[in-house]
Amino acid sequence: MINAKYLPLAATVTVFVALFLVGGMMYRNFLSTLVLGHILADNAFVIIAAIGATFVILSGGIDLSIGSMIGFVGVCMAVLDQAGWHPLASAALLLCFGILFGAMQGYLIDFCEIQPFIVTLAGLFLLRGACFMVSLDSVPIRHEFVQTFATTRIPLPGRGFLTSSAIVMLLSLAVAIFIAHFTRFGTNIYAIGGDKESARLMGVPIRRTTVMIYGLGGFYSALAGVIYALYTSSGYPLAGSTTELSAIAAVVLGGTLLTGGVGLVAGTVFGGMILGLISTLIIFHGSLNSAWIMISSGMLLFGFIVLHRFLVGSFDLRGSS
Amino acid sequence: MMAEQTEPRPVAMRPRMKLHRAVWPLLALAAILIVSGIVSPGFYNIRIVEGRLFGNLIDIVYRATPTALVALGMAVVIGTKGIDLSVGSTIAITGAVIAWRIQMGDPHLVVLMMALGAATLCGIWNGFLVAGLGIQPIIATLILMVSGRGIGLLINLLYGGTNPSFESALLQGLSTGHLMSIPTRLFLAAAIFLALWLIIRRTALGLFIESVGGNAAAANLAGVNARLITFVAYVLCALCAGWAGVIMTADTHTSDPVSVAMYIELDAILAVVIGGGSLAGGRIHLGMTVIGALVIQALTTSILISGLPPEYNLVVKAVVVLFVLLLQSDNARRAITSPFRGRAR
Amino acid sequence: MPAEPAAVPRIAMRAIRKAFPGVLALDGVDLALRPGEVHALLGENGAGKSTLIKILTGAVRRDSGEMWLDGQPIDPGSTGEAQAAGISTVFQEVNLIPTMSVTKNMALERAAGRFGMISWRKAREQARAKLARLGVDIDIERPLGSFSVAVQQLVAIARALEDNTRVLVLDEPTASLDAKETTALFSIMRELKARGIAVVFITHFLEQVYEVGDRITVLRNGRLVGTAAASDVSRPDLVSMMIGRELGEVERAFSEKDAMAAGPVRLSARGLGRKRVLEPFDLILRQGEVVGLAGLLGSGRTETAKMLFGAISADAGELTVMGTPTRNAAPRQSLRAGIAFCPEDRKAEGLVAELSVRENIMLSIQSKQGWLKRIPRRRQDELAREMIAALGIATPDAEKPVGQLSGGNQQKVVLARALASNPSVLLLDEPTRGIDVGAHAEIIKLIRKLCKDGLALLVASSELDELVAATDRVAVLRDRAKIGEISGEQITRDNIVRMIAGDDGRAD
Repeated sequence: MINAKYLPLAATVTVFVALFLVGGMMYRNFLSTLVLGHILADNAFVIIAAIGATFVILSGGIDLSIGSMIGFVGVCMAVLDQAGWHPLASAALLLCFGILFGAMQGYLIDFCEIQPFIVTLAGLFLLRGACFMVSLDSVPIRHEFVQTFATTRIPLPGRGFLTSSAIVMLLSLAVAIFIAHFTRFGTNIYAIGGDKESARLMGVPIRRTTVMIYGLGGFYSALAGVIYALYTSSGYPLAGSTTELSAIAAVVLGGTLLTGGVGLVAGTVFGGMILGLISTLIIFHGSLNSAWIMISSGMLLFGFIVLHRFLVGSFDLRGSS
Repeated sequence: MMAEQTEPRPVAMRPRMKLHRAVWPLLALAAILIVSGIVSPGFYNIRIVEGRLFGNLIDIVYRATPTALVALGMAVVIGTKGIDLSVGSTIAITGAVIAWRIQMGDPHLVVLMMALGAATLCGIWNGFLVAGLGIQPIIATLILMVSGRGIGLLINLLYGGTNPSFESALLQGLSTGHLMSIPTRLFLAAAIFLALWLIIRRTALGLFIESVGGNAAAANLAGVNARLITFVAYVLCALCAGWAGVIMTADTHTSDPVSVAMYIELDAILAVVIGGGSLAGGRIHLGMTVIGALVIQALTTSILISGLPPEYNLVVKAVVVLFVLLLQSDNARRAITSPFRGRAR
Repeated sequence: MPAEPAAVPRIAMRAIRKAFPGVLALDGVDLALRPGEVHALLGENGAGKSTLIKILTGAVRRDSGEMWLDGQPIDPGSTGEAQAAGISTVFQEVNLIPTMSVTKNMALERAAGRFGMISWRKAREQARAKLARLGVDIDIERPLGSFSVAVQQLVAIARALEDNTRVLVLDEPTASLDAKETTALFSIMRELKARGIAVVFITHFLEQVYEVGDRITVLRNGRLVGTAAASDVSRPDLVSMMIGRELGEVERAFSEKDAMAAGPVRLSARGLGRKRVLEPFDLILRQGEVVGLAGLLGSGRTETAKMLFGAISADAGELTVMGTPTRNAAPRQSLRAGIAFCPEDRKAEGLVAELSVRENIMLSIQSKQGWLKRIPRRRQDELAREMIAALGIATPDAEKPVGQLSGGNQQKVVLARALASNPSVLLLDEPTRGIDVGAHAEIIKLIRKLCKDGLALLVASSELDELVAATDRVAVLRDRAKIGEISGEQITRDNIVRMIAGDDGRAD
């Protein structure tokens, strides 16, 4: 008997492979590691942010502050670069900030018993506003490390290669899988998302775990911001707007239930790749408008949400309300 | 005729409770206006230029109108314990439909009807997902939120999409025109507010929505058709967003689905929360929601006028949200009143 | 282990008191558990069983009273602390995480591991070993929710049992098990008993109490009724401890009953039922007559009332209201047909706490009229005032949010809503649940008055005296089936108790 847990993931991978094959049939040279490598490189920051969002969503919450965090980290990187900081040093500082900011949001959510939606909405405003306070214009990052970052790559079989963004993304995926599946903390996340009251009765420390979940989410958003800044070698106060939407969409497409408790981090990566693949396909087509990127993402989202609804109903994974 | 003031009429019948609820948002509004008056002299000046009123106070009301309209619809949906993230997309679609049909040469009144019809369709879609399929509101409306702006772009493409700008005496008259020195959109907004208030408070719909939002199981046992009521709420919300879309699109003379009404869903939700609405549902405060929208706009305008860089706007807004949230939270209040007993359950 | 079980009880709880807003859940309750016994804890809804258990297991803090574990005073502040002290619980609705695998459920906050890591190899071994001790052999990688409730129950027990477990609390473990599964669970309970563990067994199945229980404690309305060895209490005695009041004849509170001829049939059900919910039953409600529904918790009282109202749809039988066959597919159709219903659980199903007294009262009559024809505000105020006066609802004004009223007054508001819809049939499920004595008598009086005014009433109740005092006819339920009906002079506490307990006494 197939484990119901893997059905959504199977659906995600199937959709990804199918889209990839469709691309291969329509365009020569599409089925290559080169294209794959580019998709990975272009979407690395979204996928990293989505990995963080996966944890938050698995716990039954939501994080809207992702996009603003990416923008804020970017402008700070750029401004610190002008002040003579090494990008790695400013990255370390900003990752710590990300963790702290996320943890603070988690604390407010649990302590004040306010919906995550609202707390992270305030976070969205706060960080985006802070972006503008740091800088109103796009600021270039000129440190030679950016050059090193851009040129470091691991060749893949075929003509393709993994860029450093993609490498960081895969590393953070590995870390995320470890956290989700091999630590007590990871198990607690699933428990809280599955049934918060039961988890409380089973002895899960709700507050500490919630703070850690959002801290982790903040870390991944900040990391996404660092990667985005290095990738574009600049900081722009509007950078990352609505990335939180793409991240949430990637999580859902990756087979994680927005109601929490069910899902796999690895699925999110495929979800993010599907989004990247769609835009690549549509850009390849040339005559299609970017409108189709949004519409097809929405349609896929609809399909997956209905599929989840159906799965939840048929497997009785959660009691109906 | 006089300019409609957005007084909290619907709650005026419950004197004791109204006082309690209305005090904080009104105080906030007053505080913002007073501080602005001190910081920037001449803040309250209102003069007539070329037959229309000018001044900061007018400006606040004028600019708050679209957000207030969206927030009114949002208040209804939140009353059912739901949320609608797709209002921005609805506005984008409305705008695209307007530009498209005007290019096609339809009579402008018909165009207006079609635009509102498109918005209604958006509401029907959301209502179907939430009430019909039973999908969580935040997830269900995310679908249209993600794809709606794309649909708008697609509609632009129907006529080439190169020049989505248009001229329309009727629509621009509704949006940026003025009547007896007063902006027409205020009359329009007042009329919509009145219509919505009549639907909510002069029929039993408001009671039903509040009962569904407060306790859906009890409402069902008391004979309320909870699904139908929820469905209607999403349609009403989309219709309000549609009107906001008409005003915003006519204001800019162009359909810009990608960036029109960005983050308006967040502002609208914020307006509802500032107006004392709880996301847990169960109450609709139409009047207070309008006050909430005014608070947000007054804040924005005041920051602009005061000479502070406009980028402070978002930060201040965030601080206001956090402050309101902390005030609403029992735990936080307890922690403030007795710092050593802050342990939550 | 203490050698003399009686000398040092495993658990002693003395004079435990706990109040929740508006309810006194426990009022000076004592409980003593001996090592190596199965102690059955009995009582109807709202008797205080759950609260007592939650205090014992640290999920809720007591207001006052004392607790000892093997002679040591304890005060667990969380389930974790209680667990560490050796008190384990399996709560009512299983309370594990259905979306997680069995292994993960077993390992949650239990698995050993360094630096916060979990070794799944070890966790799986532990899980298998723990399940094997209970004789359970399942695929532990599957989500818990994909197993039957019986298996979930066993997993919960396996998880709760640690090496140091001294007390195991099982809250309604057999509620959704079939006979075979129950037998298996009992053999496990006996084994645990043999290991010296004190097992607290909460149930509403009397046979099971006698089958596996050593001693019995009965609670009623937050008070201790008594503790006794199972062999010393007869079934009728037990039933009357649970739902009867103190001994002594109860006077039927009315005499005009005989003078009143039962009116025309208002509602009749023939073979109405639903698989796995309620066996098909016949029931007739007449104008000017109060019919009682008697039975223990879980016997199908609520289900019967809800099915007549259309809140639970029937899959068999016919329902006729006022002479017209109806299919009550939804409550709003029943309301239009002239049936009104007051649910047992006021908070979850009765009231919209945020809305005012007036709005709550208006809800049913308004939904009967449809949303377009709003009842004018003046008429609403009038009706609310009438109802507040007629039912004696103690509220400063009709605009107070109903959530702020006391329990009895909330109940009256639910009743007022039903009456405002002007029904000809009124179904009341536990109309006096959780309200004080004074209000209790008032509501009984009210029921009689409504009956005299020409309503057909159905009263489902766990209070025998209430049924004896207020009804003209009583339908008795056991194990989700109607087992008989008695009327007139036959309605005595003894008769009902005998029927519920299953001693002869079956009337037809």
